[in-house]
Amino acid sequence: GEEEKDGQQEEQLFSIIADIQKKITDAFEVFDHECNKTVDVREIGTIIRSLGCCPSEGDLHDMLAEVEEEEPTGYIRLEKFLPMMTKVLMERRYRPVPEDVLLRAFEVLDANKCGHLTKEELVKYMTEEGEPFTQEEMEEMLSAAVDPETNTVRYRDYITMMVVDES
Amino acid sequence: MGCGSSTNAYYFLRKSEKAFKAAVLIQRWYRRYVARLEMRRRCTWRIFQSIEYSCEQDQIKLHNFFSYLMDHFTPSSSKERDFISRMLTEEESYKDTEVEKLCDYESVEVPDSYTGPHLSFPLLPDHATALLEAFKQKQQLHARYVLKLLHETRKHLMQLPNIKHISTCYSVSFRVLGDLHGRLDDLFLIFYKNGLPSPEKSYVFNGDFVDRGKQSVEILIILFAFLLVYPKEVHLNRGNHEDHMVNLRYGFTKEVMQKYKVHGKKILKMLQNVFCWLPLATLIDQKVLILHGGVSDMTDLELLAKIQRHKFVSVLRGKKRREKGRHMDSQAINGEGPVGVDPPRSSSFPGSCLQPGPASTASMASRMELAQRVRQSVQEELENCRRQVEFSETPGDKELSCVSSVTVTESELESCETSESSQEEWKQIVDILWSDPMPQEGCKMNTVRGGGCYFGPDVTEKILQKHSLQFLIRSHECKQEGYEFCHNRKVLTIFSASNYYEIGSNRGAYVKLGPDLIPHFVQYQANKTAHTLTMRQRISRVEESAFRALREKLFAHTSDLICAFKSYDQDETGTIPLSDWATAVESVLQLGLPWRMLRPQLVCSTAGGRLEYKSWLDDLAVEQRSQEHIQSSLLETIYRNRSNLETIFRIIDSDHSGLISFEEFHQTWKLFSSHMNIELTDDGISNLARSIDFNKDGNIDFNEFLEAFRLLEHSHCDEKAAELLPTPPSREGS
Repeated sequence: GEEEKDGQQEEQLFSIIADIQKKITDAFEVFDHECNKTVDVREIGTIIRSLGCCPSEGDLHDMLAEVEEEEPTGYIRLEKFLPMMTKVLMERRYRPVPEDVLLRAFEVLDANKCGHLTKEELVKYMTEEGEPFTQEEMEEMLSAAVDPETNTVRYRDYITMMVVDES
Repeated sequence: MGCGSSTNAYYFLRKSEKAFKAAVLIQRWYRRYVARLEMRRRCTWRIFQSIEYSCEQDQIKLHNFFSYLMDHFTPSSSKERDFISRMLTEEESYKDTEVEKLCDYESVEVPDSYTGPHLSFPLLPDHATALLEAFKQKQQLHARYVLKLLHETRKHLMQLPNIKHISTCYSVSFRVLGDLHGRLDDLFLIFYKNGLPSPEKSYVFNGDFVDRGKQSVEILIILFAFLLVYPKEVHLNRGNHEDHMVNLRYGFTKEVMQKYKVHGKKILKMLQNVFCWLPLATLIDQKVLILHGGVSDMTDLELLAKIQRHKFVSVLRGKKRREKGRHMDSQAINGEGPVGVDPPRSSSFPGSCLQPGPASTASMASRMELAQRVRQSVQEELENCRRQVEFSETPGDKELSCVSSVTVTESELESCETSESSQEEWKQIVDILWSDPMPQEGCKMNTVRGGGCYFGPDVTEKILQKHSLQFLIRSHECKQEGYEFCHNRKVLTIFSASNYYEIGSNRGAYVKLGPDLIPHFVQYQANKTAHTLTMRQRISRVEESAFRALREKLFAHTSDLICAFKSYDQDETGTIPLSDWATAVESVLQLGLPWRMLRPQLVCSTAGGRLEYKSWLDDLAVEQRSQEHIQSSLLETIYRNRSNLETIFRIIDSDHSGLISFEEFHQTWKLFSSHMNIELTDDGISNLARSIDFNKDGNIDFNEFLEAFRLLEHSHCDEKAAELLPTPPSREGS
């Protein structure tokens, strides 16, 4: 009766965890160029984000602190990464930003409430506020976000396009 | 003052705090988006690489097929005999007089209507530039000039040593280029960026000029022309694709025959004699070694320098069947002549082989002894194979397939003696042309490519020290950025064909070296559309291509996949958990891919974390537009073996007409399927033939056959560019 149910639930839990761990390992291995269960520390952000999390740079920094070696080697080992990441996924931390929240964020930056940002405004916010973009990141965002005809960022359309891309 | 201003300050503080938070949110979201794209890009790359390399495994299968034929096929008619001997005839390196006869450009007339460039020899710089112009205008060089050019090129190459020494004292700087693979646009781009070869500009071309791309002919003509015009400034190394056996599979043979319908065969034969004379390596200032593939722990530059390199017309050819006036009377005494298989020591090729005894001295007695030993080992091997296949031997067969009745002739003995050193030489060359570096230490067989080794940083270090070298430059592997260092920057891979897998897949690069021997890189991408696409569009496009190829591979393994899935579906629900899907797929395909990362792109509909595998496979089949009246397992077989099938067809079609007779077609199928243990009824084959319009004098146009089953490789670049983008393509497809 009760015990059986518990047993089943436990089994399910184990298999969920196992599945999550395989997923994490797969993602890790894509960047494991030397096939020795290590990845360059600079790729950790990409791995974590491609597993469905949406941490800020600050969050990333915290996570890295947990998995780095005492004497940083420039590499992160799978055996340290796996337990940390499993916990993160099980606890559903750093969930992605929902579309409507994203829209409101753009609206905050849109002081005049005109439905778009100028290219210069976007650049200013992205490179001077928050956790600033590098030049490369900025250029890449502009290439897709700026409407060539008006030279502005129609953020509602931009968001819709990006979201469709994702799926 | 007072409340007013502090409220304002508060208001501003709150506002900027909000802006800060909003910015962080957007940045967070955007960075995740980019990360996911990056992951997709890496996975796509992995897909292409693993499929590319698994295709090279086909060569092993083909080799095994030929071995099988040689051991087991007993022709029951002279027709069959001819058929088989055509498949197994070794092309030998011709003597000079024979080459003259073969080449025979004098008899090839250039009609008045010809508007392409005319070449006269000795070639002048003007001729070379005229060729460039002509190819930009999409003109074609007449066969007569091609033959003459090849003839002169061969004459020149014959004078060169295996390892060419060049110096920065003479040429102030060198540009080293890697694989071009028939991509003329890349070559034009490089010449544009950097200048044509000239007394002031030296170039080293590090192999793989042909195959895959559609303009291999033009590239060769240009390279050879410049080689003849500026022999001190232009240097060519042989690559693994400068090999007619490889060309059969990867498109160069086809390109030549399409462009030169009348004289193509002559040109191809001539080319064999040019490729084998290409130098194997180039050495700059005694410090930088440039070769196509890599090295192995057995690589010996002194030995390499002494080899008669032209003996190795093809580095891939399997066992050779001794040919004496077109009838087969003896089993190959293996390892003789150009190519052996499976050298006695560290083997570079799997597959069965006959091992000749050790080389003996010139004394008669020991030669007889050797002959005896060889005969014995051949017998043993035959017995082995027969036992494996339960081949029932009829008395009649013995004459044809057994060695005991054969007298070992003098020349055969001679080749036996030299066979072992031949094996060693052959291995030296295979290693140079086919090896790849690996991160781990050591040296192991390159099972992915089926030839050469994987060599570790210790092997590199050893060889650099042994010959006082600074670093190695090699090509052979496609790199995202066009170049890549490894082994502590002691090995540089340089790859010059941009957009190799698909538009936007990678950049090409070349490296400049001056007297300081410090490498400077120039990267490029030869397609305008690649630049105008956003990162997302570029990645999507390449990704589409990769997944199409992957789905086709999945389809080709339908039966095995069903078996694997069923083993996870003990309760026969028709569904399996998604987590098991990945394990099952990997166990069948063995591509070493991160399937859980790829899953969202491959599996669309799931219910409760489980997949209905049969309908998933059915969807895959629909995509492949399978012909319904063809038995589905047959279709699967064709897909799985298409590369080999095409190669075999091309071999059978020795006059390169594109046609093989129905009988030959039938015969090939029967042999192939018995070797591959495929069940194939005669009816099955007939249905297959019926579905192709073959009734043209009982011949099958096998290009039509391949086309009908969409077996032709998806052509790169431009045809798709025309489809997908509104902007016109930069060059037309050929």
